Amino acid sequence: MPRTARDVVFVDGARTPFGKAGKGLYAETRADDLVVRVIRELLRRNPQLPPERVDEVAIAATTQIGDQGLTIGRSAALLAGLPRSVPGYAIDRMCAGALTAATTAGAGISFGAYDVVIAGGVEHMGRHPMGEGVDPNPRFLSEKLVDPSALVMGNTAENLHDRFPSITKERADAYAVRSQDKVAKAYAEGKIQQDLVETLVRSVEQGFGLASADEPPRAGTSMEDLAKLKTPFRAHGNVTPGNAAGLNDGATGAILAAEDVAAEMGLDARMRLVDFSFAGVEPEVMGVGPVPATEKLLARQGMSMDDIGLIEINEAFAVQVLAFLEHFGIADDDARVNPWGGAIALGHPLASSGVRLMMQLSRLFAEHPEVRYGLTTMCVGMGMGGTVLWENTNWEGNAK
Amino acid sequence: MSSPIEQARELFADEVVTKALSRDVELPYGAGTAVLITLDNGHDHTKPNTFGPGGLLSLNEAIDAAAARTDIAAVAITGKPFIFAVGADLTGVPLLENRDQAHAIGKLGHDVLRRLGELDVPTFAFVNGAAMGGGVEAALHCRYRTVSSGVPAFALPEAFLGLVPGWGGTYLLPHLIGAEKALKLIIENPLNQNKMIKGPQVRELGIADAMFEPADFVEESLRWAAKVVKGDITVERPEVDKGEAWDQAVNNARFLVEGKLHGAAPAPVRALDLVAAAKERTRDEGFAAEDDALADLIMTDELKAGLYAFDLVQKRAKRPAGAPDKSLARKVNKVGVVGAGLMAGQLALLFARRLDVPVVLTDLDQERLDKGVDYVHGEVDKLLAKGRIGQDKANRLKSQVTGSLTKDAFADADFVIEAVFEKMEVKQQVFAEVEAVVSPEAILATNTSSLSVTEMASRLEHPERVVGFHFFNPVAVLPLLELVRGEKTDEAALATAFATAKKLKKTAVLCKDAPAFVVNRLLTLFMGEVLGAVEEGTEPETADRAVAPLGLPMSPLLLLQLVGPAVALHVSETLATAFPDRFSVSEQHRRMVEAGKTQVFGADFQIDPEVKELFSGGGKASSEQEILDRALEALAKEIRIMLDEGVVAEAADIDLCLITGAGWPFHLGGITPYLDFSGVSERVNGAKFHPEGYKAL
Repeated sequence: MPRTARDVVFVDGARTPFGKAGKGLYAETRADDLVVRVIRELLRRNPQLPPERVDEVAIAATTQIGDQGLTIGRSAALLAGLPRSVPGYAIDRMCAGALTAATTAGAGISFGAYDVVIAGGVEHMGRHPMGEGVDPNPRFLSEKLVDPSALVMGNTAENLHDRFPSITKERADAYAVRSQDKVAKAYAEGKIQQDLVETLVRSVEQGFGLASADEPPRAGTSMEDLAKLKTPFRAHGNVTPGNAAGLNDGATGAILAAEDVAAEMGLDARMRLVDFSFAGVEPEVMGVGPVPATEKLLARQGMSMDDIGLIEINEAFAVQVLAFLEHFGIADDDARVNPWGGAIALGHPLASSGVRLMMQLSRLFAEHPEVRYGLTTMCVGMGMGGTVLWENTNWEGNAK
Repeated sequence: MSSPIEQARELFADEVVTKALSRDVELPYGAGTAVLITLDNGHDHTKPNTFGPGGLLSLNEAIDAAAARTDIAAVAITGKPFIFAVGADLTGVPLLENRDQAHAIGKLGHDVLRRLGELDVPTFAFVNGAAMGGGVEAALHCRYRTVSSGVPAFALPEAFLGLVPGWGGTYLLPHLIGAEKALKLIIENPLNQNKMIKGPQVRELGIADAMFEPADFVEESLRWAAKVVKGDITVERPEVDKGEAWDQAVNNARFLVEGKLHGAAPAPVRALDLVAAAKERTRDEGFAAEDDALADLIMTDELKAGLYAFDLVQKRAKRPAGAPDKSLARKVNKVGVVGAGLMAGQLALLFARRLDVPVVLTDLDQERLDKGVDYVHGEVDKLLAKGRIGQDKANRLKSQVTGSLTKDAFADADFVIEAVFEKMEVKQQVFAEVEAVVSPEAILATNTSSLSVTEMASRLEHPERVVGFHFFNPVAVLPLLELVRGEKTDEAALATAFATAKKLKKTAVLCKDAPAFVVNRLLTLFMGEVLGAVEEGTEPETADRAVAPLGLPMSPLLLLQLVGPAVALHVSETLATAFPDRFSVSEQHRRMVEAGKTQVFGADFQIDPEVKELFSGGGKASSEQEILDRALEALAKEIRIMLDEGVVAEAADIDLCLITGAGWPFHLGGITPYLDFSGVSERVNGAKFHPEGYKAL
């Protein structure tokens, strides 16, 4: 009998406020505790979902050791008090970890293997700095499989400026200023806070505290402020801490469900998973990854960028977003793109960010019933891009 | 001249200060800013938060800072991970030199903690972990409380140690939850082996207004607090009955205290008086009365004895005097138990549960063997039925405990313990048979209560592997294990015995191979003085009542019944043979055994008429005081002799044995502190056991 794919919906998302790695909010807080808080909040916000009906807990982390090890999806599920019958796993695609957790577990729903899943990600970059414990195969260099710059993300961003000479440092800085402004505005309007779960933070010196808001945003950042910043990856280069996402700590999670099951349980269905695509590029220009991933996806769906009403693109680097926009002929300040700002202001705890894009898109869909389709897309280390196409369940059937 | 507080601080110079760390948190739902105070002494959970003078002053500063602010909506207090606070720092208490200092400490506690209840903004305690004594009281002073369902221990243990919950506990708790429930915590639990309650009971009793799971306890407590601040949640507590119910509860508790202690320890009575009077008192009056009670009690000998006893079981028990380096210990991967009687069965169960290794019982008789193994399997089923272990664990335990008619089954055992008939020739023969099959390093342990370990080992090829391993009945309840070193016992065997005792979670005390070791020698002596008085012509009821002022867990004749008159007689005979000048055998006792009487008391708690008849005669009746005096004097004299003989390392080991092997009470400090402060030591021996003050370590 032929198998029928089921529709998959995004039910709800939640995340911890993001912190600055190093001496930030979560300096003395464990990564797995962040995931636990998110999972518990998702269940608390969706009491119609019996915990034993969760069929999988897929949690991404780039560095899967210490408090991010021990098959974190399973260990966090146990720590969160989910029934022992609920399984879980850890998954990794660097920056697109949570995005991949959602597509993989979501695909499992579509296939019929699951009814409801929790997908998310965590990265405590303070406890687990990028590249912790890595051991690149010497063949990468001896056989020139990748450029030596490919493993340092800032260098790949500088390389992207070389590939797109029209993207100047000024354009990148201007984009970054807009990101900060948009986040400040969204905060003022209470948009961002909807998905935050306030999270306990520990400090031996100061005692317990509560993380209630993202720590990285710098409201009021000006072009002049950014012009003063150094370019750590290349002398007289273009990439600065101001036009890139920082090093951050945080966790995200989302509930995905088969559409009929969500309806039966009375769960929300904010957007529908239409399709997703991953694509590889040269690792030394990993930031361009979203371009082929999105092209592949649109081609398969017989769509064009004109069909897309909202885009949540991860802002690892301003240049990488601008390369995407330039490729698709979208203006730098197009209102469809990251309307509430992005990772340059909010922060980018690597493997957690993909699900932040989704929860933000789902909120935007609710405010934009005229929009039918939206994308969440991000670039990935080692030269990849990943794009997910979503359909607005609030779409009113007119317009695009 | 410095103030009493400054003097106290100097005495507490080594205080590990629990700091009150303040941090602003944004309450959810726009409820405003709260100051969250975390109590943290900078150590992990193995060194819990306590309040010494420095800790109280740190909290006071934190409250000062919060009180000075006009921009906050609430103050909340919580503990470091796993620990809220376990009460006053008691390490400095024995150093307090006078009542003024003691009074100052009590008052400082009140002056600081009561402010938690008297701030202008709502105050919350988030009891996230273990809370005891002053920690509980800090929470009680707050206007609202939440508790984590994971809190493992919550208690007011003061009366157990010789104090009262005097930082507000005796006043605030009965006014919060009523006298009956309050007295459960203040009196009943402390006198019931210092029982503690857990998070869910804290909520059920109404001490906490809400309970949340440990995973995100503080966050959820803050959400709850925000709703209380905003008025979205109104906390409702049942009204406390301040009428007859209060008095009735106090009377019931008084009856309990009198029945258990016979006036032996002042603290529980004082706590009761405070609760009784709290009904009519104002807060100020109640707190002032607590200050006085603390000042009086801190100066008592019973408190000093209590703190010493606490250190014995908490610290000395974990670092046994005379134990060889633990690196010498050999692995124990299989255990043999010779015999399949009741004691053997209890031992097999304990070894299997705690060591998680195969245990083989042997007996010459198939029926007895089956009975022994069945007993263990039955006990495992009981544990399973009570939910103490799971099915897998039950399966494992049952498969691990087996029986064998021959000792070949011991061939690969590393530790064989015998629990056969108390007769030297029998035990020597058993050991010879075991030695024939086991490796030369296997430990041979004996559970003898009175036979010589050295003699038992004397005919073996490897006597250096023999140790005494004397448990107390009931094995599952009494922690003591007298570890007896024979003349030839080597360090490796001893180290293995200590390591095994630790795994069994027993309190091991090293004893010399002396007749009846420590506990049986002293209990037999003590009981012997009482039986002697009866034999001379004292009514048995009078003699039995004579030692009640000590507040022992049971009277001498009840102990005789529990031990079994025949077993007790056997030990008496052993000791009378060894030390005829100090030990004798009561002929009445002997006749009772010969008559086959196993019970002293009837079902009506009266002495069995036939026993009473056996215990009659003699022409010289003694008074209760005379009997008490002679029993205590005999103890003091014997303990001095035992220390001179080197039966144990120090007087502290005698006390540790009596507390953990016979349940002797904290307020006596075991016994030697009591013998010192009651003047008996000096009267009998010309010197105190602890001339420099009681030192557990």
